[in-house]
Amino acid sequence: MGLFNYWTVIVLMMIGFYTVIARNNLIKTMIGLGIFQVSVFMLYISMGKIADGTAPIRVQPSAGNEAFYSNPLPHVLILTAIVVGVATTALGLALVIRIREVYGSIEEDEILEMDRDS
Amino acid sequence: MNPDQLPVLQVILPLLAAPCCLLLRHSRLAWCFAVLVGCLSLLIAATQLHAIHTSTSGSISYEIGGWAAPWGIEYRLDRLGGMVLLVLTSIAAVTLSVSRRLLQDEVPEDRHHLFFAIFLLCLAGLSGIVSTGDLFNVFVFLEIASLSSYVLISLGRSRRALVAAFQYLVMGTIGSTFILIGIGLAYMMTGTLNMADLSERLTMTLGSVYAEGASIENPELPVNQTRTILAAFAFLTVGLALKLALFPLHAWLPNAYATAPAVVSTFLSGTSTKVAYYVLLRVIFTIFGVAFTFEQVGLQYLLTPLAISAILVASTIAIYQGDLRRMLAYSSVAQIGYLVLGLSFGTEAGLTAGIVHLFNHALMKSGLFLVVGCIATRQSGLTLESIRGLGRRMPLTMAAFVVGGLGLIGVPLTSGFISKWLLVSAALEDGHWLVAVLVVVGSLLAVVYVWRVVEAAYFQEPDDETPSEPRDAPAGLLAAAWVLLGATLVFGIYTDLPVSVAREAAASLMGGGS
Repeated sequence: MGLFNYWTVIVLMMIGFYTVIARNNLIKTMIGLGIFQVSVFMLYISMGKIADGTAPIRVQPSAGNEAFYSNPLPHVLILTAIVVGVATTALGLALVIRIREVYGSIEEDEILEMDRDS
Repeated sequence: MNPDQLPVLQVILPLLAAPCCLLLRHSRLAWCFAVLVGCLSLLIAATQLHAIHTSTSGSISYEIGGWAAPWGIEYRLDRLGGMVLLVLTSIAAVTLSVSRRLLQDEVPEDRHHLFFAIFLLCLAGLSGIVSTGDLFNVFVFLEIASLSSYVLISLGRSRRALVAAFQYLVMGTIGSTFILIGIGLAYMMTGTLNMADLSERLTMTLGSVYAEGASIENPELPVNQTRTILAAFAFLTVGLALKLALFPLHAWLPNAYATAPAVVSTFLSGTSTKVAYYVLLRVIFTIFGVAFTFEQVGLQYLLTPLAISAILVASTIAIYQGDLRRMLAYSSVAQIGYLVLGLSFGTEAGLTAGIVHLFNHALMKSGLFLVVGCIATRQSGLTLESIRGLGRRMPLTMAAFVVGGLGLIGVPLTSGFISKWLLVSAALEDGHWLVAVLVVVGSLLAVVYVWRVVEAAYFQEPDDETPSEPRDAPAGLLAAAWVLLGATLVFGIYTDLPVSVAREAAASLMGGGS
């Protein structure tokens, strides 16, 4: 296993980032942004986990029963970031809907072309 | 009222007031309420700055829920934070008090209460960024402020505002995700999110940060020399540069400010990039420290050229803009270059210049955008052609513009002069005479773009037979613009107040990071 999670994070991050940069379609841009954000969620969750760790619940201390548990803090932090991510996606999609109503298109180059003419 | 609670009230008050605005559902009622909240925020910020000034440690702190730092979340304000908060809340109070008149032409009246709710959320987010001493909290507040500013920008009258808001959303989210990665990596190596605690642990060795028994290859290595921390620093800096609109990551700013409603560009131009600059100062000086940033990483070799190119390129682009608001927006990008230039020297003098310019530029640019809003109440066009002869039609309004423009150039007796003067002397002190020359060249470029407006307004005849009797903007709007721009004149003559506060703030920042 080792660094498997982190490699996944990097690959996902690059896929998302590339989609944001390379795609013209506004919905696809939002999808790319979503993938990009999810990769960071994975980064946080991976860093809190330790090998053979349990959930951070109180274990009755007794001889030979040492509890190793994952660090819950990064998991809690990322819960906040997930909420932020959902809000961003919702707002972005709402803007796409408004853009589609006004311009009749969700292709970025067509929209910019229309604004250049007017 | 217990003064100890002020740091948290500063954030909670606008945060709770925002949903109350939603419930009021009436334009005038919601506006009165929002103005009240804005003025109370200003009062709190002023009281806090006084408390900071009189306290022996030069800072005040508040523990959320009574949990002591570094386990709990701590709100900490020092002189720099107190000053930025004061600038932020005064611009918010002034903008809010004239917002209803400016909104009349741009947002339908039945949606005004929504506007005020989002505006207050934005204020809460920005105040939170400044107040908090917890790095993850910075991210959360940054997102509150950014999400609400995307909405505010999208309310602009022209359909371009929607595209500008979307582009800002994409770039802003990439920026804040970078910041999130940086925070995560820093947490990974130190196990703490409290800024003061972070800066302490970053200079410790790996062996002393981790528990005994952990298998570390090289326990003697200081934490801040690990590659993970370098990556964290890089992610934080790039993310903040995006939020700050540092050249060449400024692409979102001109479109956003040029298409947003006048009241929104007035507020955001003076506050949002300034708060991002504040976070950059915190990250570089409080958390990572001068030695790490300037000796180990050598950030000045990246920031100085970028700041200089921001000044020169953005000022040149501003000269070629036909639209007043786009011109001001590009001038903002150039002024952000001056801010970052001050920081990139890594000296106390440079930092003082940066902080003074933060203060001055916030007032100037907000005032100028407000003047443009004043012009927009009397005529629809905001291009250089359509303002021909405006000096006679709106004498007081254009006079305010000239005062702001002189400040942008840095003419003596305006506050812009003080910050340029401090910046040039800081550059010369370090022996960067070429940088000093380029700063002056940047000011000359500012002369050109301000002159183009002055020429059009005072020395060109209007094309058609427009009514030529003087008719200034509504008195309230004009008064607000003069308050902001008059302040730049006052602080240009009585320079002691901002300069002495900035000098103390710079000294404590330089001393804070070891």
